Amino acid sequence: MIRAPLRPLARILRAREAGENPDAIEAENLRLRHENMRDASRLQAEGRLLVLSVFFFCAFALVGARMGLLAASEAEEPRAQASGAAIVAQRADITDRNGRILATNMYTYSLYAQVPDMVDKPKAARELALIFPDLNEQKLLEDFTGKRKFLWIRRVLSPEQKQAVHDIGDPGLLFGPREMRLYPNGKLAAHILGGATFGREGVHSAEVIGVAGVEKAFDDFLRDPANGGKPLQLSIDLTVQSALRQVLYGGMKLMNAKGAAAVLMNIHTGEIISMVSLPDFDPNDRPTPALTGDPADSPLFNRAVQGVYELGSTFKIFAIAQSMELGLNGPDTMVDANAPMKWGKFTIREFENKNYGPKLSVTDVIVKSSNVGTARIAMEIGAQRQKEFLRTLGFLEATPVEMVEAPGARPIFPSNWSEITTITASYGHGIAASPLHLAAGYSSLLNGGTLVTPTLLKRENVAPGPRIVSKQVSAAARDMLRQVVVRGTASFGAVPGYEVGGKTGTANKPKPNGGYYDNKNINTFAAVFPTSEPEYTLIVTMDEASDNSSSKPRRTAGWTAVPVAAEVIRRTAPLLGLRPIIEKVGLPEVTLTSN
Amino acid sequence: MKSVLYVLSAFAVMGLAFWAYHENYQTQQALKDVEQLQREIGARRESLAVLRAEWAYLNRPERLNDLVNMNFERLGLLPLTPEQFGRVEQLSYPVTHDIIPGLGSDFDIDNSVSVQGDQP
Repeated sequence: MIRAPLRPLARILRAREAGENPDAIEAENLRLRHENMRDASRLQAEGRLLVLSVFFFCAFALVGARMGLLAASEAEEPRAQASGAAIVAQRADITDRNGRILATNMYTYSLYAQVPDMVDKPKAARELALIFPDLNEQKLLEDFTGKRKFLWIRRVLSPEQKQAVHDIGDPGLLFGPREMRLYPNGKLAAHILGGATFGREGVHSAEVIGVAGVEKAFDDFLRDPANGGKPLQLSIDLTVQSALRQVLYGGMKLMNAKGAAAVLMNIHTGEIISMVSLPDFDPNDRPTPALTGDPADSPLFNRAVQGVYELGSTFKIFAIAQSMELGLNGPDTMVDANAPMKWGKFTIREFENKNYGPKLSVTDVIVKSSNVGTARIAMEIGAQRQKEFLRTLGFLEATPVEMVEAPGARPIFPSNWSEITTITASYGHGIAASPLHLAAGYSSLLNGGTLVTPTLLKRENVAPGPRIVSKQVSAAARDMLRQVVVRGTASFGAVPGYEVGGKTGTANKPKPNGGYYDNKNINTFAAVFPTSEPEYTLIVTMDEASDNSSSKPRRTAGWTAVPVAAEVIRRTAPLLGLRPIIEKVGLPEVTLTSN
Repeated sequence: MKSVLYVLSAFAVMGLAFWAYHENYQTQQALKDVEQLQREIGARRESLAVLRAEWAYLNRPERLNDLVNMNFERLGLLPLTPEQFGRVEQLSYPVTHDIIPGLGSDFDIDNSVSVQGDQP
């Protein structure tokens, strides 16, 4: 680069001649050079700024354009992604413990009308009323010709109905796809499942939400897409449920009962194998709850869970077991059972004013179901300890079973646990609990003495709960219950091969406004089988049952609930794979060996 | 030399353009196929669900019970009872004839009874 000299010789000489300062020339040239340098670097900087601003502008324009595109365009599934995700139904299935379906989904259509699009409104109304007899032609026509623009006509259609509506050929009658809940087994397990209905409804789909029972309790689980359509597996066994319902229904009719309930529970895990409450309903067509009258008379009422009754003498075994656990009595201790017993202004009597006394062994107190004997034992235990024991067994709280109805069914007992409460509670009066409470209590007491929690979910392995009573006490209690069936009040309960043990309970029904009915009973039989190696607990409760086969109606549990329970065990135990225990006759056993 | 290079690169661009065009259409076809398959899977799943529901409905215990009752003469089915559980020693095994060596297979025992257990 050729730089202009700061002191060009020609100008310097000329300036000297003219007598001027040559430094002024140098300063002038320096100034010019600096100005040139400044202009060049400004140009460079301006160029760089321009490039940078163009770059930033493009970047922001790109982001803005993408945002605008995303906002303005229709959402679309990523098509290039061949996802392995299964297309699953909106609501998961419910199955029994062997995977048989209890509740599933069906695909159907709803029918709605876009009124402005309709062509021949009177004809459409007429034809629709012919297809659906419950629709009123006049009312339909009013709706079609009124102010409404949109109208739901049916929530679900059968394929035949859909075709018939299609054949009307009106462009304003439209179908929207629907998933509907289907209970293929009908009334079986109706109370457990509850039912489902539509939630928010749109033209293209509708929510299916549970309204009662397991469907409502597990609503979130069943609707969670993260589960990938995994079914909810219950502890119910469909076959056993069917047999139990059949026998119980027959028993209810034979014994002229108003209602009946039964709970069959695995004594070790607390799994409810079967639970029936009669009368029942079809969950596919769940009736609306009655607004008047006693809700307990509605078929929607689950007697096994919601039915809080005084369960009578079935409670006696708890007092006896506790007294054995505390070491106050043994199975053969003689206790005072002289009836009637006076306590304050109360008189404790035996059934039909009998007197089993003056002395009875503890086993015979259970076998003969002596109120007085149990009352004496309970007074030895005392109010505080008795209440604590019943609390541990779960009789003072609602059951933790996974049904939406369960927390509402709280046991009823006096807030002040006085001595008379101690006496009456020992034989199951003055404290009301549900059959499910009783099943859990019997299971906890008789399975070897560890607490079980009732559940409707299938469980593979359940760790034993906290200990309630010792193994010996549990075995002794089972022996006593076995004696009740062998030579006591539940002699009809014997089932050859299954060593049934159990306790009857007959309690008068309370009147709605105080006092008790003389001729209306709640009959309960709480059974455990086989007593030598307990596997299952069965509770059968009958409401206002009476055996009218003889001249005088017999209303005790021994004549009503017990034979039904025996038949239940005879039918269900083989289905549960329980091999009857055969007394050995001394034959040498053939052992299967492999060759 | 330069012109040859130009011509070659022009051909290369045309070739690549044709390839890209071709790939584009193949991709779109593949996407359409996937979509079709997804739809088909959905429909199959739906019909599977309906079939399972129907199977459950046809196998509901109430209906099976009615069928058993209707066909009782032919099938003679009864509910399972405890008596139907057996034990191995209650089975009588088929009698084999040459059980006693030397007697041959034409040896017949009249009025044979099946015996089990120890000798008295």
